Amino acid sequence: MLGELDDKAVDVLFHALADATRRDIVRRCIAAEQSVSRLAHAYPMSFAAVQKHVVVLERAGLVTKQRRGREQLVRTDREAVLRARRALDQLERAWRERVDRMSGLLAPDPSR
Amino acid sequence: MTVIRVDKDVDNLSLTVVAEFDAPIERVWQLWADPRQLERWWGPPTYPATVERHDLTPGGEVTYFMTAPDGGRTRGWWRIASVDPPRSLEFVDGFADQDGAPRDGVPTTAIRVELAEHEGATRMEMRSTFASLEHMEQVVELGAVEAFQLAVGQADAVLAG
Repeated sequence: MLGELDDKAVDVLFHALADATRRDIVRRCIAAEQSVSRLAHAYPMSFAAVQKHVVVLERAGLVTKQRRGREQLVRTDREAVLRARRALDQLERAWRERVDRMSGLLAPDPSR
Repeated sequence: MTVIRVDKDVDNLSLTVVAEFDAPIERVWQLWADPRQLERWWGPPTYPATVERHDLTPGGEVTYFMTAPDGGRTRGWWRIASVDPPRSLEFVDGFADQDGAPRDGVPTTAIRVELAEHEGATRMEMRSTFASLEHMEQVVELGAVEAFQLAVGQADAVLAG
């Protein structure tokens, strides 16, 4: 079953991934958690702007945020990202099988 | 290798598959334009497609059903958006009820096919686009039946051998 997310959650997820900076934040925070202030150094925008992107990602369930001392640490939730990819993987498989069958039909008939 | 490129675009909810065939463009076009050939590749061997109506003209319809090993049928339809033989075809693919009428509330997929001659072979690009992740997942879920049937069919053949 793939339908583990309700409609609203899906809309939020895709809005979150529709922005290049947010996608980059998701990628950076896969390997290791990063502080918001460190992320803010990576982009030509204010700390507040980066903070806003993180909030959108957090609401979509793509990242989690944890406070440690004065820092806020961001970490990517790999499961949520994988769920979006899984559907595309299955579609790819279906099309690859179709292309294989097409090739079979185009191949010269060995019985002739 | 027939499939030469696959682009999975999570952000734009689209899948692009580029394949190359060692056949003339007119011949490859027939895979889409001839309903008897279309039904030999659209569904897996264990879940074959039977094409009923096949009108590849703008606004035209293709209707088909796929037969499960237990005899059950899943119906589908295409609505043709544009066609330019033997170069391009754009259509919407959807699921139908048992009478062949498009099912309400069930997602559709927009598919664009482009053929081009390339160094004596024919290159085919197919791009599927979904309206939302929810739609994409539903299509996969409904279509997964075919894939599972195929996998099971192959496992059966191996076990029987």
